[in-house]
Amino acid sequence: MHIVVCVKQVPDTKIIKINPKTNTLDRRSAPAILNPYDAHAVQEAARIKSRTGGTVTVLSMGPPQAVAVIKKSVEIGADRGYLISDRAFAGADTLATSYALSKALEKIEQESPVDLVICGKHAIDGDTGQVGPGIARRIDIPPITNVIEVSKINSDEKKIVVKRKQLNGYELIESQIPCLLTVEKEINDIGYSPMPNMIKAARYEPVIWSVADLGEVDRAQLGLKGSPTIVGKMFSPPRPEGGKKIEGEPTEQIKELMKLLEEKIDLFCFKA
Amino acid sequence: MEENRGIWVFIEVTDGKVEGVSLELLGAGRKLADKLEVPLAGVLLGHDVRKISAKVIEYGADIVYMADHAVLELYRTEAFMKAVVAMAEKYKPEIFLYGATPNGKDLASAVATDLSTGLTADTTMLDVDPEKRLLEASRPAFGGNIMATILCKKHRPQMATVRPKVMKALEPDASRKGEVIEEEIHLEESEMRTKVLQIVKETTKTANLAEAHVIVAGGKGMGDKNGFMLIHELAKTIGATVGGTRDVVEAGWLPHDQQIGQTGETVTPKIYFAIGISGAIQHVVGMKNSELIIAINKDPDAPIFDVATYGLVGDAFEIVPQLIEKFKELIKEKGGEISYV
Ligand SMILES: Cc1cc2nc3c(=O)[nH]c(=O)nc-3n(C[C@H](O)[C@H](O)[C@H](O)COP(=O)(O)OP(=O)(O)OC[C@H]3O[C@@H](n4cnc5c(N)ncnc54)[C@H](O)[C@@H]3O)c2cc1C
Ligand SMILES: Nc1ncnc2c1ncn2[C@@H]1O[C@H](COP(=O)(O)O)[C@@H](O)[C@H]1O
Repeated sequence: MHIVVCVKQVPDTKIIKINPKTNTLDRRSAPAILNPYDAHAVQEAARIKSRTGGTVTVLSMGPPQAVAVIKKSVEIGADRGYLISDRAFAGADTLATSYALSKALEKIEQESPVDLVICGKHAIDGDTGQVGPGIARRIDIPPITNVIEVSKINSDEKKIVVKRKQLNGYELIESQIPCLLTVEKEINDIGYSPMPNMIKAARYEPVIWSVADLGEVDRAQLGLKGSPTIVGKMFSPPRPEGGKKIEGEPTEQIKELMKLLEEKIDLFCFKA
Repeated sequence: MEENRGIWVFIEVTDGKVEGVSLELLGAGRKLADKLEVPLAGVLLGHDVRKISAKVIEYGADIVYMADHAVLELYRTEAFMKAVVAMAEKYKPEIFLYGATPNGKDLASAVATDLSTGLTADTTMLDVDPEKRLLEASRPAFGGNIMATILCKKHRPQMATVRPKVMKALEPDASRKGEVIEEEIHLEESEMRTKVLQIVKETTKTANLAEAHVIVAGGKGMGDKNGFMLIHELAKTIGATVGGTRDVVEAGWLPHDQQIGQTGETVTPKIYFAIGISGAIQHVVGMKNSELIIAINKDPDAPIFDVATYGLVGDAFEIVPQLIEKFKELIKEKGGEISYV
């Protein structure tokens, strides 16, 4: 099995700060990390590899410092990684991102055919979840999103069975290989990386490709130029007007609240 | 681009029923269609779905584009995507909305790629500029700290997925008239590369919060797991469902599926108690559309008071036990039982 995992470097939105005057992201406040869902994607690829044998390749698009997330992926269990990095990629929305990544995938495919592509459910900076299915359409393999378990995998018959999370439960889906999965966090737990991986990761130098390395590429579909969506304006979320504030002694407060609730008694459903 | 006209809504059907978010989008789409003076259409795919088309019209559509095919029985990206792309290429809508559900997001992402157009994810506000005929799809960005309006100026259709429970469905009107256009779609089961083997329902999980009439939600202000028991006690007294903030879930006081907010459930109960909750924007987006919000917090400046209908400033450990007693008295007075099922 040759598994390619797409990984993205993102600012850690848990500790992100917004400049309230300019409504822009204060990048210094947010350290760059491997998108958490992508960490689970790499882990799952490593797990599949331990069952079927093969190779785990990671692929990322981003600025030169994004090599850090490829090294991190090697730590989790990837064998090798490619970073596509070029000014021409900058400002890409999901359509342009999936185009660039699919071009890199085609190049990887020339060296060694790809059986499975795994993406995260979404990237925590953009929160879209659109890149995975986009890549699948571009290289014409079926996408299966929101995967919470890889239940069966048969590389001889080229079949995979996965659990896909749904609104109220899950569905069991069988697909031909190659296909593309996007994974939820529930799919696995990420433990400590084994020592040999850490050593390998520390020394690992990913391959970096520019647009020119990707072969035949339509530059008009890359980066800002290839992105149909643009950010119009940024604004603080509308602040709703508060209602009635009740202060004072607890006993008095409750008395007043219960009186107000009497007027809305229909909202409660009493049974006689 | 000039030839693209009309607003489309993808109608998601599960077990023969239209998902709530699709009805909400018909409501939101109706407003956009009236502003642009174009028809509103529902896109209905499935097997034996003709009877559902009437409902789509009752909730605001002028047209239903329907594809009825055995291959479309259960949602699969490859089958649905082919049908939707064929319809969109033929009729050329200018705006196309989908619910931000697992299927809606999956479908919209694939369709946007094939139509080479822009797609805005998880929109929470929709508007349209009638002069420029531009969809203004706004969504939380950077973890919800800020809203961004996304535009798609040069490509059509302009597409967006929209979060459930933020738009309002219209009152159904059985006298509304509309047209049903059935499309011939060429699909072969033998060409499908995926198959749904089984559907497993886990109804006890999230359905509870999403459908609850009354929710008692607690935050970090309850101190510890033991203090949080007071939340459970109030909920039990008034027959409510328990929810909490992300901090509470991360502290292990509540399971994941009881988290309310941007990265949890969006809820719209009749009554929402927010106790010991500061009211961070990521929490508020998930509950602000509740009909009546009662907040209890000892900090008078807590932002939760900005969304609360009634705000009690004080210590939850003094207020809640008394509140429980008062509710017990009230319930006794009213007949002895309170229930929402
Ligand atoms: C990307 C991202 C996604 C997020 N998603 C979510 C989400 O989905 N849902 C969510 O809830 N959060 C989410 N958060 C976290 C959110 O920003 C807040 O950190 C969180 O909601 C705060 O939880 P809290 O109100 O329980 O805790 P705190 O903010 O610590 O508030 C505790 C409150 O309790 C009050 N209090 C203390 N003691 C008492 C007492 N004895 N009686 C009464 N009041 C008392 C305090 O005055 C305070 O206001 C997200 C954050 C990010 C960055
Ligand atoms: N720049 C990128 N480089 C590599 N993979 C990416 C990139 N952007 C998105 N992805 C992949 O697509 C998934 C979904 O991202 P998004 O659609 O941006 O939410 C991520 O979890 C990654 O697996």
